[in-house]
Amino acid sequence: MPSYKIRVNESDHSVTASPETPLLYILMDQLELKGPRFGCGLGQCGSCSVLINGTEARSCMTPISSVGNKSITTLEGLPALYASQKKLGKAPDFHPVQQAIVDEQAAQCGYCYNGMIVKASELLAKTPQPTDAQIRTAMNGHLCRCGTYPRMLKAIHRAAQAMSGGAR
Amino acid sequence: MSSRRDFLKAGGALVIGVSLRRDAMAQAQGARGAATPANQPDARQIDTWLAVHSDETATLYIGFAELGQGTTTALPQIAAEELDLDVDRINTVHLDTTVTPNQGGTYSSASIARGGPQIRTAAAEARKALLDMAAARLATPVDRLTVAKGVVSVAGDATRAVTYGQLIGDKRFNLAFSGTAATKPVSEYKIVGKSPARKDTADKVTGKYVYMQQASVPGMLHARIVRPRGQGAYGSVARVLNVDESSIRSIPGARVIRKEDFVGVVAENQWDAIRAAQQLKVTWDSPRSLPGSDGLYANMRAAQVQDSVVRERGDVTAALKSATHVVKQICNGPYQAHAPFGPNCAIADVKADSALVICSTQDIYNLRTGLARLLKLLPDKVRVQYFEGSGTYGHSCHDDCAQAAAILSQAAGKPVRLQFMRWDEHGWDNYGPAHVGEAQAAADASGKIIAYEYHGRQHSWCTTETSDQLAFATAAAERPGIGAQGINPLTLASMYDIPNLRLINHKLNGLQYLKGAWLRSPLDLSLTFASEQAIDQLAHLLKIDPLEFRRRNIKDERWLGVLNAAAQAAKWTPRVAASNLSTAKIVTGRGIGVGTHLASYGGAVAEIEVNRETGRIVTKRLYGAIDAGLVVNPGIVEAQITGQLIQTASRMLKEEITFNETNVTSLDWNSYPILRFDESPEVTPVVVQRMNERSSGAGEEVMAAAAGAIANAFFDATGVRMDQYPMTPSRVLAALKKSP
Repeated sequence: MPSYKIRVNESDHSVTASPETPLLYILMDQLELKGPRFGCGLGQCGSCSVLINGTEARSCMTPISSVGNKSITTLEGLPALYASQKKLGKAPDFHPVQQAIVDEQAAQCGYCYNGMIVKASELLAKTPQPTDAQIRTAMNGHLCRCGTYPRMLKAIHRAAQAMSGGAR
Repeated sequence: MSSRRDFLKAGGALVIGVSLRRDAMAQAQGARGAATPANQPDARQIDTWLAVHSDETATLYIGFAELGQGTTTALPQIAAEELDLDVDRINTVHLDTTVTPNQGGTYSSASIARGGPQIRTAAAEARKALLDMAAARLATPVDRLTVAKGVVSVAGDATRAVTYGQLIGDKRFNLAFSGTAATKPVSEYKIVGKSPARKDTADKVTGKYVYMQQASVPGMLHARIVRPRGQGAYGSVARVLNVDESSIRSIPGARVIRKEDFVGVVAENQWDAIRAAQQLKVTWDSPRSLPGSDGLYANMRAAQVQDSVVRERGDVTAALKSATHVVKQICNGPYQAHAPFGPNCAIADVKADSALVICSTQDIYNLRTGLARLLKLLPDKVRVQYFEGSGTYGHSCHDDCAQAAAILSQAAGKPVRLQFMRWDEHGWDNYGPAHVGEAQAAADASGKIIAYEYHGRQHSWCTTETSDQLAFATAAAERPGIGAQGINPLTLASMYDIPNLRLINHKLNGLQYLKGAWLRSPLDLSLTFASEQAIDQLAHLLKIDPLEFRRRNIKDERWLGVLNAAAQAAKWTPRVAASNLSTAKIVTGRGIGVGTHLASYGGAVAEIEVNRETGRIVTKRLYGAIDAGLVVNPGIVEAQITGQLIQTASRMLKEEITFNETNVTSLDWNSYPILRFDESPEVTPVVVQRMNERSSGAGEEVMAAAAGAIANAFFDATGVRMDQYPMTPSRVLAALKKSP
């Protein structure tokens, strides 16, 4: 089985896997990360989302052989990514989206929140003050079975405010 | 019992919210070795429920599982109140048959209703015991002591004080309940009735929380089951004709495990297991055991049934005959899935004379009994531990998956982690059963409802899991009795003041249909779809506003409370239904409904848009009110109401299990669509707090009301009644076309 060097959350890792192995299982089993998780294996639900060079990708459908030297960011790496995007000296404990979800008490079972947070962080990095409609469209590929969409929507607005320096 | 708790503290790794690294879990497991004898903890001993630690924290041992509904926050609130200890000082642990008490399984939204009083008593007993100890330590009688934040001091002299940790820290109480410990009067509550933040959220958003799907034990193999894609009839379990093991020759790490008709694969590498399960060629005998979803309702209407009168008063036949206004409303309600966002996962480590199974069951003690039978082990040699999966909303495949993992581990002789795939979870679920119903209601000229009759047809819940059927040829059996698996007299018009009423349950033979089990607010959405539309029909006939009509026919203050709370939130103004029809492309409508599941009260208002060209319905705003008596954490119940309203919209508009004559065909999120962000309504949850009433359930009790409200909103928008849900665009267009 070939060896791959991958960069995850600003750390380099050497992994061994057959080429078509989806990135998800490498992150779960070999790197023991708890962010990306299994939801459908079909790219339909967003449970497994990670950022690859800052763009949201479904790790359950991303073969390890396609990753190359692109930079992978998982849920765990979002605070540090935020710090580098905003040129902060130190990574905060929580990415503003994570903090907003805690403040809004948005999560119920929380299982979909890996994908929700990863996608929302991508959205806010590209569209700092999204409208309701923009949020709904961007987030539409991420399912929530518990029905927390209303609070997630509020949380994203709250995070947007916090990121633009506004108090809420 | 002391040995279990000491191992627990030595392991130090089983507190919810703390990350469980592989080695920490191994250490905890290794410290116990094989499962320890698990005699059920004595419910009248303080130590069964509480441990106070020298670091001024406490561990509360509860028997209710965190399903994502906030139980591990709200039950500690109750304990914190009685103990006079801050709620963030109280932690819970993973449910475990060797550690936590049996509180009867986590269903029927009973965690607070049934679990609350037990926790309250236990905490009060612990406080009493601690005060007695403090009285001795401080040489002061109990009635001159005060407690705040876990510190006991002499009234008026704060320098003479001792903490809980100092009094008992990490030692056992060794005390039975006195039976005389007073619980706090409600008027003195400082914690219960407030909304402290959920304890699990921070770890869940940062990736520190370990879900069942992320747990591991050393040396485990990865496994997948191999079954036909989609189940057939419950009583016609699939049979293996042939397994061609050479078909996975190209995956040398994977090996087939077969026990009769139970087939699975194991491998050290997870991807090998996934590939092998899909690549393995298995020929199944898949009989044509189903009516096909197109023919389902006709089949259910014609099938043989067992009839029972569930409730009866007055003389319905006479009243219907003589009434001024009589209406009928039918319901064709589909099978719907739990469809947990994360398919079920379980880990089993079965040894020669003991077993450990880690899973997301709703009832660890009940599951243990079943596992012992399957594995041919003594129950007290089987240890079941709970890890939270994703929200399950009832009896998804959690027990089936646990059994399958155990069977695989026993055969493999090694620990096994089994992850159900999306098509396994969708295709082999124990669905919320389909329902065919008919409501008849009658009113007199003055607007009083005088008669009501309901006939409902559905089958009961299965008691045999698929793994059990496949591996052991255990016969498919149905749960006896009617109860919540039959028509629910509380949901069906119980809120109205009706002198003549009859409810008749017609039970179908469940072996001829799909597997069924409890799905959040079982059957209630179908029941109110018919019932609340019938009530609305009467209001419309009499040209009375639907809210006003209900007010006139409800005497109960608590029902009026939720009805009015929902109406007020929606700023409801009086108007006869469907009196504002328009021929525009997009029309709007509003509807109101009341309903429940068990002991709580639910009221809801729905505002929808209907696109008359495409048939698409969008719920724009949903308002839901729950009266659940004394609500421990209103913030959590507001979140529950929100989730329930979203799920109800999803179930009324989109969700339906489809099947042909051999198998279910709803196998993923494309073939079983649910509500998404873009169609999600604005939601207003209202908690009708009643501090002086007993706590009752809040996990499912507004869904029935919302189902009725959405159905009634459609009539208001279009003047057309729907007989079937989900109200998909094609059904809407067909209904609109049929109507003049």
